[in-house]
Amino acid sequence: MSAILTITVIMAGVGLFFGLVLAAANKKFAVEMNPLIHIVEDILPKGQCGACGFAGCAAYAEAVVLDPKVEPNLCIPGKKIIADEVARLTGKAAAEIEPRFAFVKCAEPITTAKKKYVYDGISDCAAAFILQNGPKVCEYGCIGLGNCVRACVFDAMVMNDQGLPVVNKDNCTGCGACATACPKGVIAMINPDAPVAIYCNSNEKGAQVRKNCKIACIGCGICAKQCPYDAIKMVNNLAVVDSSICLEKCTEIVCLAKCPTNAIKTYKVPPLEMTQAV
Amino acid sequence: MSEYLLLFMGAVVINNFVLTRFLGLCIFFGVSKNYDASAGMGMAVTAVITISSVFAWLAYNYILVPLNVTFLTTIVFVLLIASFVQMLEMIVKKYTPNLHKMWGIYLLLIATNCVVLGVPLLNVESGFNLAKSVVNAFGSGVGFALAIVLMASCREKLRLANVPKSLDGLGVAFIIAGCLALSFLGFSGMIK
Repeated sequence: MSAILTITVIMAGVGLFFGLVLAAANKKFAVEMNPLIHIVEDILPKGQCGACGFAGCAAYAEAVVLDPKVEPNLCIPGKKIIADEVARLTGKAAAEIEPRFAFVKCAEPITTAKKKYVYDGISDCAAAFILQNGPKVCEYGCIGLGNCVRACVFDAMVMNDQGLPVVNKDNCTGCGACATACPKGVIAMINPDAPVAIYCNSNEKGAQVRKNCKIACIGCGICAKQCPYDAIKMVNNLAVVDSSICLEKCTEIVCLAKCPTNAIKTYKVPPLEMTQAV
Repeated sequence: MSEYLLLFMGAVVINNFVLTRFLGLCIFFGVSKNYDASAGMGMAVTAVITISSVFAWLAYNYILVPLNVTFLTTIVFVLLIASFVQMLEMIVKKYTPNLHKMWGIYLLLIATNCVVLGVPLLNVESGFNLAKSVVNAFGSGVGFALAIVLMASCREKLRLANVPKSLDGLGVAFIIAGCLALSFLGFSGMIK
């Protein structure tokens, strides 16, 4: 019995001693840290997506508080609310933050596309990409093995049953992790309010595009000619929409009507069960 | 002098804690994926082992032995090392922020590691005096750093190799660790 008592006393003593030493050390060696850093870090979304260009939310909070040159609007997932809040807390001028949204620039799922070969390797776009740029005949289209879905930390992407990634509008924060993960660069970040979008990523010449895919942009430029405000430009045989011009000036959508392949479509954030491309 | 040198070399290569005594394997495999991280880990472990073995020796000889409670050695050492590492982290954070950036995360990882606990325990078990304890601890730390840096270098090379899928990752790491351990076995018998 006395042995147990001795042990208890000794261990309690040792524990108390180290506890006191640590408590004293904590006081003595406390590092002065701007308390604002913690406050800013708390309001950030904590997706640790790195869209701001820093190594995670804590690093950005520290930088935005301590460095006057770091803009308060770099947190893209946080959108305008967080940007305003960070600006208010750090006393910086609130800047505009353009809403961004992941958009898959390909409408031909791998299941129905023409293929060079049957890919039977590991289910990873980058791995398939190594083999002759993927199984699709079209060198620019979605491979459909879901690297973007796995890259998304906000659960905003799913593969639909045809094998095209679909963006869930409620969860997408526009951080761009999926766009980075895609070896083909099929995913673009666009303004979710854009009236139209080009559902194709191919830079191939028109004749070749037609052979590869029925619904691709053949680069004819009819849509660009239709647009009265020059919002559509032809770049490398592909129509490119400058949605800021659309949002500013467009009153009536006239660019869609004459597209021979329907590669340009109205763009509202597509619902989850996006229909199969025709 | 030669006695200490032999003790040091013995701790580094012959009784290498990772490759012949198989302690500290979790960090040995966990942090050996790239060279920089493993070098940082090696340094952190060396520093912590060396300093904590001093405290451990003092605690053993001036507290545990006089009170006749040497059966509490292990648990007291655990407490001592954990608190010491905590304190070291605070001090490093305060005075050398750069070192803290490099080490900080490893320091807390090794707070309850078996290498760090094993060295002081073996020191008191072997009845070393203070100087010998420190030399042995420092040698053990260097040995650990050597092993983990060797391992990390091998694993960095391995990334370019065509490893069979069934062995990829940890599997082949274990095989390499085995080969390293075999080669370190060659040192045994060098010192009588």
